[in-house]
Amino acid sequence: MEKPQLIVNGLRLDGRKPDELRPIKIETDIIKNASGSAYMEWGNNKVIAAVYGPKEALPKHTGDPEKAIVKCVYSMTPFSSLEEHGRSGPNRRAIEISKVTKEVFENIILVENFPRSEIDIFIEILQADGGTRAAGITAAAVALATSGIPMRDIPYAVSAGRVGDTVIIDLNKLEDNYSDADMPVAIAPRNNEILLMQMDGGLTREQFKKALEMIKNAGKVITKIQREAIKKPYEDLINKYGAKYE
Amino acid sequence: MNDYLKELISSGLRSHDRGNFDYREIKIKSDVIKTAEGSADVSIGDTRVLVGIKLDVDEPMPDKPDEGNLITSAELLPLASPDFEPGPPNPESIELARVVDRALRSAEAIDMKSLFIEENKVWSVFVDIYVLNYDGNLFDASLLAAMTALMKTKKPIYKDNKVIRENLNEYLKVNNIVVSTTFAKIGDILILDPTGEEESIMNARYTIANDGNNIRAIQKGLYGSFKEEEIDNMVEISFKKYNELKLLIENATK
Repeated sequence: MEKPQLIVNGLRLDGRKPDELRPIKIETDIIKNASGSAYMEWGNNKVIAAVYGPKEALPKHTGDPEKAIVKCVYSMTPFSSLEEHGRSGPNRRAIEISKVTKEVFENIILVENFPRSEIDIFIEILQADGGTRAAGITAAAVALATSGIPMRDIPYAVSAGRVGDTVIIDLNKLEDNYSDADMPVAIAPRNNEILLMQMDGGLTREQFKKALEMIKNAGKVITKIQREAIKKPYEDLINKYGAKYE
Repeated sequence: MNDYLKELISSGLRSHDRGNFDYREIKIKSDVIKTAEGSADVSIGDTRVLVGIKLDVDEPMPDKPDEGNLITSAELLPLASPDFEPGPPNPESIELARVVDRALRSAEAIDMKSLFIEENKVWSVFVDIYVLNYDGNLFDASLLAAMTALMKTKKPIYKDNKVIRENLNEYLKVNNIVVSTTFAKIGDILILDPTGEEESIMNARYTIANDGNNIRAIQKGLYGSFKEEEIDNMVEISFKKYNELKLLIENATK
């Protein structure tokens, strides 16, 4: 396939401006068995995140006497992309994403509160359209928050990239395939500490700075959506029963 | 032991009187394996990595019918460290291979179009990273070895459905040299080129690959986090180190 022109008259092929996010919707508590869960639609991505635990670390020797161990499985359903049927089992990409996602939550969860325990995070991509690792982390953060597991912050993740000279935020699949750079980043919004950063393609130092700036701006929007999703079940209760909380 | 090391590092001391942003001694040797199309043996201090390159005739990827393939894998051999276990690739070795692969690919280090043979036939370039001794910073050692080996790789000849691998004199076409710099964060201190000991107490790791003009790959690792100023600082140092590392590769591939 020929490389499509990704930006026409300053707008992207899906009509977005360079710094415009796709619409994001998050719903919590969609998996009753889980300690916490979230369903997210981020543009055409559809993602489920579920958290189990803290529970006894198994096998026992994997437990850490000083803290909980965090396990993460990121996986894509075999029907989640427009290409051929996916192979079963984790591929190398999924193993890498699971690893860096786990590392984000090892930072953010107060693991020291739960020695010899494990906390399992499952991210399942039902429908993929670029930026699934960012969507997965953003959704898992909400699932964790609803589980009540104590965290330092509610992290968000989003990708920035480059098309020609233009730095863009939140690449969809087509942009991801044909862009000149892609940089997924996860950040803890309270102190802007960077929890995940990966990059490929090419960025000058100026473009790199611009991309990080755009990510932080997008983060303000994403953080707000996450917080509203976490609060919504409680607000629904208040609306239903009219109870007042000071 | 860990607390002692942390204390030393936070007071600005490193073993062998090394500055926080100095590399250990780097040695690069190319053409060490005669059966491979290309190879390099790189040591950074006591870390030692061997890369072998093989080329095979393959089908191209459906979306890139006029380009060859690049397949990078890494083996953390159990003989290289008491902490490495035998078995299928683990997340660490997959991450290592994928970061090296991203750097080579993003920098367009190899001319992928020069690997085209005829319709539906291209060369696949296999970059196999073998860690022989682990003492930290596998990322930089592996990319240095891969880059060096690729520059000294001789392209086999495909003739009458056969691959000829002897008496070759055409080198693989390399367009760009990319190197990486890896930092460890220990407490609040950043250091370049961590040893195995330093890696055992680091809270975060950050690898930047650049080609002198552009950042080509980034990989942050582990649970720790970075401030934006720290990232800026590491990017700056990474570009400063480029010429030094490039020169080492050039000297080894003359």
